[in-house]
Amino acid sequence: MSVPPLPEAPEEAPATTATTLTAKPPRAARLLPQPRMGGLIPWVIAILIALVVIAAAGGLALRNLAETARADLASAVTVQVIEPNPDLRDQRGQAAVAVLQGMDLVRSVRLVPQSELAALLEPWLGTAATSGDVPIPALIDVELVRRASPAEIAAIETALTAAVPDARVDAQGDWLRPVYRALAALQWLALGLIALIALATAAAVWLASRNSLAQHRETVEIIHLLGGTDRQITRTFLGTVLREAAFGAILGTAFGLGAVWLLGQQFAALDAGMTRGGGLAFRDWLVIAAVPLGGVLLALATARMTIALALRNML
Amino acid sequence: MNDRSAEIVKFDNVGLRYGTDPEVLSNLSFTLYPGSFYFLTGASGAGKTSLLKLLYLAQRPSRGAIRMFGQDLMTMPRERLPDLRQRLGVVFQNFRLVPHLTAFDNVALPLRLAGAPEARVLKAVSDMLEWVGLAHRGHAIPATLSGGEQQRVAIARAVIARPRMLIADEPTGNVDPDMALKLLRLFEALNNRVGTTVVVATHDVHLLKKVPDSLIMRLNKGELSDPTGALRYPPRPAAGPAAGPEREL
Ligand SMILES: Nc1ncnc2c1ncn2[C@@H]1O[C@H](COP(=O)(O)OP(=O)(O)OP(=O)(O)O)[C@@H](O)[C@H]1O
Ligand SMILES: [Mg+2]
Repeated sequence: MSVPPLPEAPEEAPATTATTLTAKPPRAARLLPQPRMGGLIPWVIAILIALVVIAAAGGLALRNLAETARADLASAVTVQVIEPNPDLRDQRGQAAVAVLQGMDLVRSVRLVPQSELAALLEPWLGTAATSGDVPIPALIDVELVRRASPAEIAAIETALTAAVPDARVDAQGDWLRPVYRALAALQWLALGLIALIALATAAAVWLASRNSLAQHRETVEIIHLLGGTDRQITRTFLGTVLREAAFGAILGTAFGLGAVWLLGQQFAALDAGMTRGGGLAFRDWLVIAAVPLGGVLLALATARMTIALALRNML
Repeated sequence: MNDRSAEIVKFDNVGLRYGTDPEVLSNLSFTLYPGSFYFLTGASGAGKTSLLKLLYLAQRPSRGAIRMFGQDLMTMPRERLPDLRQRLGVVFQNFRLVPHLTAFDNVALPLRLAGAPEARVLKAVSDMLEWVGLAHRGHAIPATLSGGEQQRVAIARAVIARPRMLIADEPTGNVDPDMALKLLRLFEALNNRVGTTVVVATHDVHLLKKVPDSLIMRLNKGELSDPTGALRYPPRPAAGPAAGPEREL
């Protein structure tokens, strides 16, 4: 038996460990076995992220759709002149057109010909539409230079009725107000869904972190007793959370984008005016790209808080 | 070196109870001095492990005051504990090796936690495993080691960072007498060459005789007695380890 191999005293002063730790982190991966958060959590995160991607894409598409439609409709009004006498009706129609053309807000005015109106109404009214028995109002399509507020439309109406008392102005957007309301409600629904899913993600990560800590409690205690800091322990756990959440986020995004693409194909096949403007702009894709990033950050923040709270209760 | 201001640990009327049970340690008042070698004896259940837990900062006392390295433990925020713990080396009664780490990585743990450069870790841990006779078992995980092998890994881990105080709970319970002696030499070397204060809890009377200048503290139902004057100041080495009531052990 020779002299025991006590290691040489380190050259640096050993008391500086606290500062060296923050400056130069030791290889944390070798301090602790990489604790796993439990096999399911990446998959749970993947599902939740996929749902958020779909909800976000849907919400953004709806918003674009609503905005395009509103821009089209709110910048046009229809003027009706109700007068049973056809001659008088024509005369007043012309008068209204003249008044409208003098307005700054108006880009173009078109008096819809009676024949066109009759053709439009024929499916409902039959021959009565052309017989003159049923009074048909004069109809004027007015295109505005921009979207008009309700007050501006009211002003148009006031100016018009001063000259043509029987004229009535309808903002075309009015007809579709219930549709807008439904679209807005759907967008709020999408936002609500995203908030709920974020909550569910945080809850899942919270549970998994607590579980993982409990599973590795003995190791955590040993590390503590050997002089390991909360920071070192937290870093090891967060490394795992990052890996598993990133895996889940990437998978979920891929899945969500696949679903969005499929839906897009379905709507494109409809080829209806309704879906025109429902596409996603570059800016929207940026928002969607932020979803997995946000998910990973949320998971990290939740895990960090859970672990900090749990460690604080240990000696 | 052995002056009062340099005391390593000072207990003042310390008591410990677990939950609402009666106290397992009562009225402990003593001082440990730098460079001394203490044995802690007492019957099973006397409270040896409990006292050591207070020493290695795994447990806060229920009452009384403890100072360590000149700092008041009672008012110390827990963020400061790692710094103190890095000055301690501990052999736990049930080893407490990290189950997922190899023998090598377990021994390396205190150095790595303190941020030692990997080259130094490699050299120090290899030499230490060699000394405890486990050079060939460095890659084994604890579950595949025998009780005695695990104990040697635990001891290697406790001394690897040259602690200022070594606290060992039954460190030789699972090894043969020759190995026990060899491990004790490790503690003595640390004590003599580094000036580490050593506290060893043991049932083994033979061990007490092997360290000439050791002091003996005795726990009896949670109260401390002082057969060798270990707790007097200045500490007086035991007049031969076989002296006094230790014969009864
Ligand atoms: N965590 C705990 N909770 C409750 N009681 C405990 C706990 N740890 C120890 N005790 C009790 O405290 C008393 C002292 O136990 P301790 O482990 O300190 O004894 P010991 O002297 O180390 O015994 P041994 O020589 O068998 O290791 C025992 O009665 C034990 O049952
Ligand atoms: Mg014990």
